[in-house]
Amino acid sequence: MQKKFKNIFKVLCISPLLIIFINLSVAAEVSRIDLLKTNWSFEGIFGKFDRSALQRGYQVYNEACSSCHSIQYLSYRNLTEKGGPEFSEEQAKEIAASFEVMDGPNSEGEMFTRPGRLSDQFIKPYPNIEAAKFANGGAYPPDMSVLVKARKDGANYIYSLILGYEDPPAGFEIEDDVYYNKYMPGNQIKMPKVLNKGLVEYADGTEATEQQMAKDVVTFLTWASEPHLEARHKTGFKVILYLLVLVALVYFSMKKIWSRIETKQ
Amino acid sequence: MSSSYAVLTTIIILLVLFLYLSWVFVSIKVVDKEQKGETTERRDFLFTASYALGAVGVGVVVWPLIDQMNPDASVKALATTEVDISKIGLGKTITVLWRGKPVFIRRRTQEEISKAKNVQLEELKDPQKDEDRVKKPEWLIMTGVCTHLGCVPLGDKGDFGGWFCPCHGSHYDTSGRIRKGPAPTNLEIPKYEFVDNNTIKIG
Amino acid sequence: MSEEKYVPKSKLGQWFDSRLPLLTLAHHINDYPTPKNLNYWWTFGGILTFFLIVQIITGLVLAMHYVAHADLAFGSVEHIMRDVNYGWLIRYLHANGSSMFFLAVYIHIFRALFYGSYKAPREMIWIIGMLIYMLMMATAFMGYVLPWGQMSFWAATVITNLFSAIPLVGESITTWLWGGYAVGSPTLTRFFSLHYLMPFLIFGLVILHIWALHIPGNNNPVGIDIKQLSKETVPFHPYIIIKDLYALLIFLIIFSGFVFFVPNVLGHPDNYIEANPMITPTHIVPEWYLLPFYAILRSIPDKLGGVVVMFAAVFILMFLPWLDTSKVRSAVFRPLYKIFFWILVIDVIVLGYIGAKPPEGMYLIIGRIATIYYFVHFILIMPILGFKEKTKPLPLSISDPVLGDEDKLSSEKTMNNR
Repeated sequence: MQKKFKNIFKVLCISPLLIIFINLSVAAEVSRIDLLKTNWSFEGIFGKFDRSALQRGYQVYNEACSSCHSIQYLSYRNLTEKGGPEFSEEQAKEIAASFEVMDGPNSEGEMFTRPGRLSDQFIKPYPNIEAAKFANGGAYPPDMSVLVKARKDGANYIYSLILGYEDPPAGFEIEDDVYYNKYMPGNQIKMPKVLNKGLVEYADGTEATEQQMAKDVVTFLTWASEPHLEARHKTGFKVILYLLVLVALVYFSMKKIWSRIETKQ
Repeated sequence: MSSSYAVLTTIIILLVLFLYLSWVFVSIKVVDKEQKGETTERRDFLFTASYALGAVGVGVVVWPLIDQMNPDASVKALATTEVDISKIGLGKTITVLWRGKPVFIRRRTQEEISKAKNVQLEELKDPQKDEDRVKKPEWLIMTGVCTHLGCVPLGDKGDFGGWFCPCHGSHYDTSGRIRKGPAPTNLEIPKYEFVDNNTIKIG
Repeated sequence: MSEEKYVPKSKLGQWFDSRLPLLTLAHHINDYPTPKNLNYWWTFGGILTFFLIVQIITGLVLAMHYVAHADLAFGSVEHIMRDVNYGWLIRYLHANGSSMFFLAVYIHIFRALFYGSYKAPREMIWIIGMLIYMLMMATAFMGYVLPWGQMSFWAATVITNLFSAIPLVGESITTWLWGGYAVGSPTLTRFFSLHYLMPFLIFGLVILHIWALHIPGNNNPVGIDIKQLSKETVPFHPYIIIKDLYALLIFLIIFSGFVFFVPNVLGHPDNYIEANPMITPTHIVPEWYLLPFYAILRSIPDKLGGVVVMFAAVFILMFLPWLDTSKVRSAVFRPLYKIFFWILVIDVIVLGYIGAKPPEGMYLIIGRIATIYYFVHFILIMPILGFKEKTKPLPLSISDPVLGDEDKLSSEKTMNNR
């Protein structure tokens, strides 16, 4: 029984790793450059978001990204929720009210605009995808709600991408309105470099370097993709702890029950 | 508040159930047929602890499956509605939707107000003064859902000049109080406030 | 299995049981004599039952919030992930649960292959099991379409296009499947309906699977028949239940690791991009559990041929009880088969790896060799091995794995070699 168990334990450990390996090899055909790395507070088993980074990240999104990129599955109320940027209700209301939201029809059948409320979704820069494409030279600035999950190694990839603008190497043909980016597949991107030093002025006095802004906005986008990440990590830790204790109890119960048989031989 | 009670109750019920079942099972089954010589082996701490811990786990797992049917975050966020009341004429009612239910906003005439005020409380099935049902006498704001079984009453109908529910014949007066018919209580008053003279906020 | 007839003790019990023998059933399951030498590879049946129930319950919950419409499906999944109470947990349980389900079913199938559990008198268990496996693949595929991401959409397009390979009527069949001229909202809605239905069909087949199992009883690691019930078996409760539970809990720890810490590692990032009928992702792949068959499909350079061979790879398993000519069940006593068994395992893993890679260059060549070997194993190696292989002597009984009386042993050996 003991020996067989070791075998099965090996299989149970190896097979998930094998599956993950095969699965990850899926996207490996894209010639990979090593992405820029930084320390993310949300990585690891106990990973949590850095509250102030999220708040700063929102500011960067709002001032630098939101004129082209929508983030349609977020609502202003999310800004106050636990595990998110945790703005106070007043702050979030103020943020929401600073946007004009289309509402209606009213009793006369007309659409009208009003200041945003917490229950409203983040307003979109363009009414539809076609308009967004038209305004951006044919390239659609992707919605950012789940962008981090929609790219392989999303956080590091987006972090690298927004810092990856360079002059094209000699002999690299590039059209007008297209920019050279080290981390974009194919190295050509329609989005210009946005983050320049001092682009935003942080309320908490943090210096707005390119790296700082990139890190903050990627933290914000990661939260936007996975708003329950903290709850997930916390619950997961408790669940596994519980299972370990229960496994121990069941194991000894099993030994006890089976001892009636095995000693009999 | 109510949700945490529900968790607790669920856990306790399941715990008790499992402990009972475990007692029944273990006390019968632990006696092994093949150990003829030995007498009854009592269910010991190990088994009880396993069962109890397992029961707690099951209880905790059941909760998300129940709670997912409660109103979600986006539904809860729609808790307030603002209504412009400047265009409502005297003696007219508008109906707005709040939390999926109709809310009647009536600008009452002087006659209706005095009628509502002059009713003796003893005559009422659910005694309530008109003053307790309005913030400004001119404006009657209440949920348009019959307290009997949830139909929407018709306005300016019924024996008391107020509302009449066509489903099972409940009559409400000009203050929305139940006067006749099967409904047990007066039409409900939602939480609302006057933001200014022309706007009210429901919720 | 000879069991003494069960009669409930109480009058009420007798009244009830004579009309609906549920108590007899419960008693049967309770006392079901199980070989006592079963190892942990036999716990996966219980694990699979558990995961079927988990998938059905979480699926029911998700269906309460999901909207099966091309314009709303993606958003409704995000709604579940963000707003519904514990929605994120339930969806991740369901998504990763399907992977765990397949992991367990593959271990279960390979266990049957190793210990010869498909051989007489257990052919029906095996055939029903294979039907379950096929339904599982169909269910999983349709479930994968529902979030309506890029991978969903293109998986639906590619898989339904398989049917266009059928001569003459192929075109009309795909149009019929789609309810339009391409994958779209009607397709999504019917897939949702079928995805909801199929688990219950699986559940029904699982009952038949277990029923068919309880007629001859379990196979066991030694692969010989039970001779003495009282000595060689233990009652299902509590011995097997507690062992299954122990294995299940360990499996659940791995499951929790996926759900809570790497919930998206088994999915594809592209499925978080909403379906777009105008752009195909650069590299489309099915979920990992379908990769071996995908590799087989792509290794044939002909449309109809590829489809036929891929379906053949699944259906050939149905005929396994008759392709394997050996009288000895367990690979423990079949030294050559044991080697070929492990080669098959590696072959299937290689196919899985190739399925994840683009079909070009070396990958294509390796894929073709692995595909050929897959069929060679079942069509040539298995039947021939049954006649040629010199098996090891079998023990007399399962409780007595040490070799017994020399005379009896040799007679049994010659019998098995015939």
